[in-house]
Amino acid sequence: MKISTLWYCFQQGLKNIKRNLLFSLASVGTIIACLFLFGLFYGVVMNFDSMMTTMEQSVAVSVFFDEGLSEEKIVEIGEAIRVRSEVNTMDYVSADDAWKQFSKELFKNDQEKIDQAFGTDNPLEDYASYNITIAKIEEQEEFVKFLEGLPGVRMVKSSQATAENLSSLNKLVGYASIAVIIILLLVSIFLISNTITIGITIRKEEISIMKLIGATDFFVRTPFIVEGIIIGLVGSVIPVVVLYFMYGMIVDFLTDRFNILQTWLTFLPRDEVFRVLIPVCLIVGVGIGFIGSMVTTRKHLKV
Amino acid sequence: MLVLDHVTMKYPTGITALNDVSISIQKGEFVFIVGSSGSGKTTLMKLLLKELDPTSGSIRVSGKDYAKLKRRDIPKLRRDIGMVFQNFRLLKDRTVYENVAFAQRIVETPPRYIRRQVPSVLTQVGIGDKYKSYPKELSGGEQQRVALARALVNNPSIILADEPTGNLDPKNSWDIMNLLDEVNKRGTTVVVVTHNREIVNAMKKRVITLKKGVIISDEKKGEYIDED
Repeated sequence: MKISTLWYCFQQGLKNIKRNLLFSLASVGTIIACLFLFGLFYGVVMNFDSMMTTMEQSVAVSVFFDEGLSEEKIVEIGEAIRVRSEVNTMDYVSADDAWKQFSKELFKNDQEKIDQAFGTDNPLEDYASYNITIAKIEEQEEFVKFLEGLPGVRMVKSSQATAENLSSLNKLVGYASIAVIIILLLVSIFLISNTITIGITIRKEEISIMKLIGATDFFVRTPFIVEGIIIGLVGSVIPVVVLYFMYGMIVDFLTDRFNILQTWLTFLPRDEVFRVLIPVCLIVGVGIGFIGSMVTTRKHLKV
Repeated sequence: MLVLDHVTMKYPTGITALNDVSISIQKGEFVFIVGSSGSGKTTLMKLLLKELDPTSGSIRVSGKDYAKLKRRDIPKLRRDIGMVFQNFRLLKDRTVYENVAFAQRIVETPPRYIRRQVPSVLTQVGIGDKYKSYPKELSGGEQQRVALARALVNNPSIILADEPTGNLDPKNSWDIMNLLDEVNKRGTTVVVVTHNREIVNAMKKRVITLKKGVIISDEKKGEYIDED
């Protein structure tokens, strides 16, 4: 195959887009609509998922020790806990810290009142603890059992109900989002390849003429493939660019408006969402353009 | 040059379009194939262009045995056969120049030769000034000239014309036939399927008559035979 022939096929692909402008616009429009919806849903789901994870990870488990347990023993217990895979973060709260924190909340830092009531005593002397957040909420039950079995552990405080609710909600959201994303992707693939198929079928006669005067399959097919790829590329770049700017604006708007919910509404950084969304949209758009035109032309090449 | 040896073509519907047909056409011959609708003329053309494969029998064109040709060899075979259709079959969204140049592009003719040869062949068929026009802007006769130019541009050894005058008035029909005759005089084998009694009788060429898939006559300087 000569370079001039390849160049000719490429130019013909571009010209085909112009010649069949209505079909090209319909195809680009379909791809834009499908990928826009897909991208929008993906952004929402990813953020929701991240918020759920943040919520899960903020549910802490507190481990208290037997009365009078030595510092070394506490460190030992800490080490045994730290190596567990369930642990996300782990902080040691000494008895002094616990009292400071408690008295601060109770007496609003009024040192005089505190001294009057307790002098130099620390009522929480036996309440040194490890505050642990775990990575996966569904592992909490097992993990608590493990903690309770450790020698020197007097008590483990956790909210099993919150954990269970969050865990089942997360599972439900996870399955639902996977299902919706797959359905959206399949609908996109179906609609896009359908549009491409119609566009090529109406040019069946053109393909048959080319074949009858001696064109090779490659020569007939290449312009259609170039056309499919360009349509796919344009159709996927446009929604990605629109979504990219929309994402920033929506996040700014929501953070601004719902300032009060800032701890809950922790949005994923734009780059993190689009690191996945850009390649997926490009692969779907260009891939469908390529495969759609390849498969459809093959049907009509048997002349 | 072109040999059909005991060729039978049965369609899956059960219709036998050609039944044990044997034809031998020498290099440089001009042959008319005549017969009423359903006589098997179009099937014969499709077999020669390898659009269809015969149920039995063999076909050889320019020494190539069709049964032994691989799918990838078919384009090369077709490039050596210039095809002219009744309904012209031009690429509607391309100019006259592009339609003819397309036939050269598929054989990878260098662009500088294309620029030289296309105007020359368009002039030869009498539409040198229409190269910028689109098919819909041309009359039937002009469109058939474009189709003929496309068939001729690669200097094929055979021209197959399937009812080339079927959609044309008498004057244009004669113009096209005269062009085919000229091409034949330069050494190209020409096979024309037609219904045009006046032209067949006037041109005094070899005439093969088909009836219900069988050859009923093959005359050197034949005439159009009424089958009934």
